[in-house]
Amino acid sequence: MKSARMTPFRQALGAIVLKDLRTELRTMRSLPAMVLFAVTTFVIFRFGLDRTALSGSLASGVIWTTLLFAAVLGINRIFLPEREEGGFDAFRLAPVDRPVLFVAKAAVLFLYLVVLEVVVVPVFAVFFLQEWSGLVPLVVILLATNLGFAALGTLISSMAVNSRARDLLVPLLLLPLVVPLMIAATGATSHLLDAGGPSYDKFGTWLLVLGLYDGIFCLVGYAVFEFLLED
Amino acid sequence: MSGRGLKQLSILTALVLLAGYLLVFFWVPMDALEGFRQKVFYLHVPLAIVALCGFVAGGVEGFRHLRTDDRRHDANSYVFIHISVVFGVATLITGMLWAKASWGHYWVWDEPTLVSFLIVFLLYCTYYPFRYAIEDRDRQARYASVFAITAGAFVPLNFMAVRMAQSLIHPRVFATSEGGLPGSMMFTFLVCLVGMALLWVTLVKLELLGKQTSGQVSKLRRALEAEGYGNDEPTGTVGRRIAPNLEAQ
Repeated sequence: MKSARMTPFRQALGAIVLKDLRTELRTMRSLPAMVLFAVTTFVIFRFGLDRTALSGSLASGVIWTTLLFAAVLGINRIFLPEREEGGFDAFRLAPVDRPVLFVAKAAVLFLYLVVLEVVVVPVFAVFFLQEWSGLVPLVVILLATNLGFAALGTLISSMAVNSRARDLLVPLLLLPLVVPLMIAATGATSHLLDAGGPSYDKFGTWLLVLGLYDGIFCLVGYAVFEFLLED
Repeated sequence: MSGRGLKQLSILTALVLLAGYLLVFFWVPMDALEGFRQKVFYLHVPLAIVALCGFVAGGVEGFRHLRTDDRRHDANSYVFIHISVVFGVATLITGMLWAKASWGHYWVWDEPTLVSFLIVFLLYCTYYPFRYAIEDRDRQARYASVFAITAGAFVPLNFMAVRMAQSLIHPRVFATSEGGLPGSMMFTFLVCLVGMALLWVTLVKLELLGKQTSGQVSKLRRALEAEGYGNDEPTGTVGRRIAPNLEAQ
């Protein structure tokens, strides 16, 4: 039931996003861990693959695997304050639409991923890449994939947070669901990071796949989220 | 309730399946290229199609559960997914045997249908631990429905994405398998498909009936305990703990 006293969507959204960003700035719960994890993973790949320079599909595989697992770390924690400190109850009491929380958390996750990539992708380039010109178009792929991660991650995290095996369930449920995203993202990235400079082979097609996937799971998440909040 | 007609349905299923596989072995012509081993096609493909349709139907039932808040839809959704996972195992095994026989390897990553099916199967395998991890029954039912909807939407998208990944690298002629089939093979295939779908429905009904019965048994047991008879712990199975509860109906 909407009443005249409902807090407007945008105002509620802004309040939750700012709250989360402020908490993150003060506690540094997620982002430093994600960045550190990603950089360490690069080091492990350097020895695991025994390569000092990467290009093409190998480079794209390394960067996306690393980003995915770093994202899982963040996704695991995105609803933690809500659960541990009674944020869910407070939210249920507040006169706002339920899906606001989904959009807000997805936005926060998106921002986390952007910050993560702003730090980690240049580090990756310094460590492994000889040809940097593919990084500019890569931004588009990164943003499109982040949107999918944010929507699915928020949905999965809110499903897992109220279960007993939270830390276990997030990767378990999320990884199969993001396989198509990874297919499209790595497919586009491997051509962008080719040793001889970026090629835009199938770039548009992959972007279309990413867009379609993002769109559908944003809608699904938005539609089903309120059922996860009922108690 | 769901027990009614189960016997007739079982007989019908057995007859259609028997007819289908009699056609497969004695009537339909041998495949010119593959010979006898091509006959696994009539087992493998119907299994896969029925499993995928069952997954999507589980999503639809999940949606209906969220809309109506009727626990029967959650039970349907659970059983649909459960039986489809079983069919999925059979699909993967028959597929791998066929792949070994025709391509020489148990697993071929270039085959988009194979890979998509594996991804979908892996996703639905997580349905069990997920359900099991939520203790509150109402919440479990609601969350499972959300999972079923999300995963149901995922099935077609995943097939599209994987097919694109492969077909762009290895251009192939998009002749659908049905399109290229001669009439007799097509007919046999359809009989097998119908038989397999009937088998799925029979198993679903059987499973639902089992759930209902065990729900009634534990209800009666509790009534007995309330009157002071019997104090032995009911011997529970894992299945009972994650399976949706049908006592209310």
